[in-house]
Amino acid sequence: MENDPRPPGAEEPFSPPIVAPGYTFATVSDKIGSIVLARGTRFGWVVGFALSFVFLMVLVVSISVLLLRGVGIWGINSPVFWGFDIINFVWWIGIGHAGTLISAILLLLRQTWRTSINRFAEAMTLFAVSCAGLFPLLHMGRPWFFYWMTPYPSTMGVWPNFRSPLVWDVFAVSTYAIVSALFWFVGLLPDLATLRDRSKNRAARIVYGMLAMGWRGSAAHWHRYEVASLLLAGLATPLVVSVHTVVSFDFTIGIIPGWHATIFPPYFVAGAIYAGFAMVLLIAIPLRAVYGLEDFITMQHLRNMAKVLLATSMIVCYGYVMEAFFSWYSGNPYEQFMIVNRMLGPYAWTYWMLLACNLVTPQLLWFGRVRDSIPALFGISLIVSLGMWLERFVIIVTSLSRDFLPSSWGMFYPTRWDFATFLGSIGLFLTLLFLFIRFLPMISIFEMRTILPQAEVDDHASH
Amino acid sequence: MPATDSRVFGLMVEFSDPTSLVSAARKSYAEGYRKMDGYSPFPIEELGEALGYHTRGRLPKLVLAGGITGCVSGFALQYWCSVIDYPLNVAGKPLNSWPSFIPITFELTILFASLAAVLGMLGLNGLPRPYHPVFNVPEFRLASRDHFFLCIESKDPKFDFRATRRFLEGLSPGHVYEVAN
Repeated sequence: MENDPRPPGAEEPFSPPIVAPGYTFATVSDKIGSIVLARGTRFGWVVGFALSFVFLMVLVVSISVLLLRGVGIWGINSPVFWGFDIINFVWWIGIGHAGTLISAILLLLRQTWRTSINRFAEAMTLFAVSCAGLFPLLHMGRPWFFYWMTPYPSTMGVWPNFRSPLVWDVFAVSTYAIVSALFWFVGLLPDLATLRDRSKNRAARIVYGMLAMGWRGSAAHWHRYEVASLLLAGLATPLVVSVHTVVSFDFTIGIIPGWHATIFPPYFVAGAIYAGFAMVLLIAIPLRAVYGLEDFITMQHLRNMAKVLLATSMIVCYGYVMEAFFSWYSGNPYEQFMIVNRMLGPYAWTYWMLLACNLVTPQLLWFGRVRDSIPALFGISLIVSLGMWLERFVIIVTSLSRDFLPSSWGMFYPTRWDFATFLGSIGLFLTLLFLFIRFLPMISIFEMRTILPQAEVDDHASH
Repeated sequence: MPATDSRVFGLMVEFSDPTSLVSAARKSYAEGYRKMDGYSPFPIEELGEALGYHTRGRLPKLVLAGGITGCVSGFALQYWCSVIDYPLNVAGKPLNSWPSFIPITFELTILFASLAAVLGMLGLNGLPRPYHPVFNVPEFRLASRDHFFLCIESKDPKFDFRATRRFLEGLSPGHVYEVAN
């Protein structure tokens, strides 16, 4: 295979080819650092940023209209009070989870191939959580009272109801946002020092210098830094599992048919990682092509991510099968009706499309030729992202529109403001991402140095 | 060029690969120097050992304390609000419905422990610290790129400008710098 980066003799299973041969500490630093420090801006970046910014403005307009006229501009109405806003919330927060998985869980598992993708995956987490956080706030109708959900000593003397999963959500999502930001910043610290020392522009030197906090790469500092990174990874791992579990509690604590199921927490977490890896691929594929990072984000990375995608798709599909099985086995007519309604009811097309996207399409990844094809991986990732959005649509809208009493049934029809807000949140996500790749190193420079062969200390020579 | 100790922070020696730095650190430690530090563009486990950092230090204990604080205060907050300050019967559940208090208790445990890990790491490292004498050496700019440094500080009881300089010259000839305070 001509694009196989493996040097001859590097076939052992435990030394995956994760960086092309021939790099030194200096060239790795310069190659990644120069993307940020280069004078002038690429034309492609300007076009991409401008397009994203247009969609960000769509979001601003949608939110302004929402604040002026209220949530009535959306399609939500009795009985479907949770519409695109909650679908988008769950979709975005799920996407974020892959970043934490890559930076924390794969670190604990000593998967060194994560090194070149963890920085932008963590950035993706932060931006996805920002988009996710918007939706419950906007859904409240009066977002300016959001602080009522936090326990603060108010003159009314009341407190939030701590037995409610919606209050758990506030704590879970804000903790997740804070810890992800901390983890990301700690990872950036040594690279900010590199940028400080490498930049020729005085303003850049001052800004990066302040952000780097005077990092000087001292052995004593590195020692504590490594301990802190490991501890943070150990803390972020249960956190990421708990966040989507709490999100799934928003549903499972309710008695709506199709929601009240014990499979939800693991099924939601697997779905989150599935959607997140699809998004990491969607970001990694254009980035490596545009910025010439094929030596760092190698085919091996894409193949590994494709395998994670396939594995998580199987877990998610197990969840779909178990949902159907539980509703039959429960003997509960409402649960049994729920699954029949999903398959044959007014929203049946979303269910079959969901299965086509999440169950059928990823099966292509069993073939090595598909995993080696970049366009195929990009296409499959797009389809998976759509499928995961549809999954939340099926869970939320189909169940709410047909609950216990036929007299209270009703349909949900999204309005153009529903779509505008959703597209606008994608604009926010992409705008943040474009700013990130322009101003911060998108690959962890210091961690790339550690995986070069020269980083090994020759123990015989050093004594 | 004799300099008094108060004007000299220490003497710094430069290497171009991690093995030489670790070997120099071991030799300096064997020579009896203790107040010294290595500087590298990435973490080197062996360097910490060579300089005598054998334990994980105080950070794990700080993180544990942070976690316990978060856990206790998270549960106490919910207990106090729901049982003592504003007892409210929700769906006939007991006032102290502790299983429902677990998610927030858990989240606050993680939050406080993570804050302790990050702030503790920065605090114990003495960061943010905009000025440090090692930055006075122009070559030190490369410590964040591809060069490796060892600095023996003048605070070290064994530090003697001439003798230490001679010792360091033996490790990496021509790459010894005086670090002004």
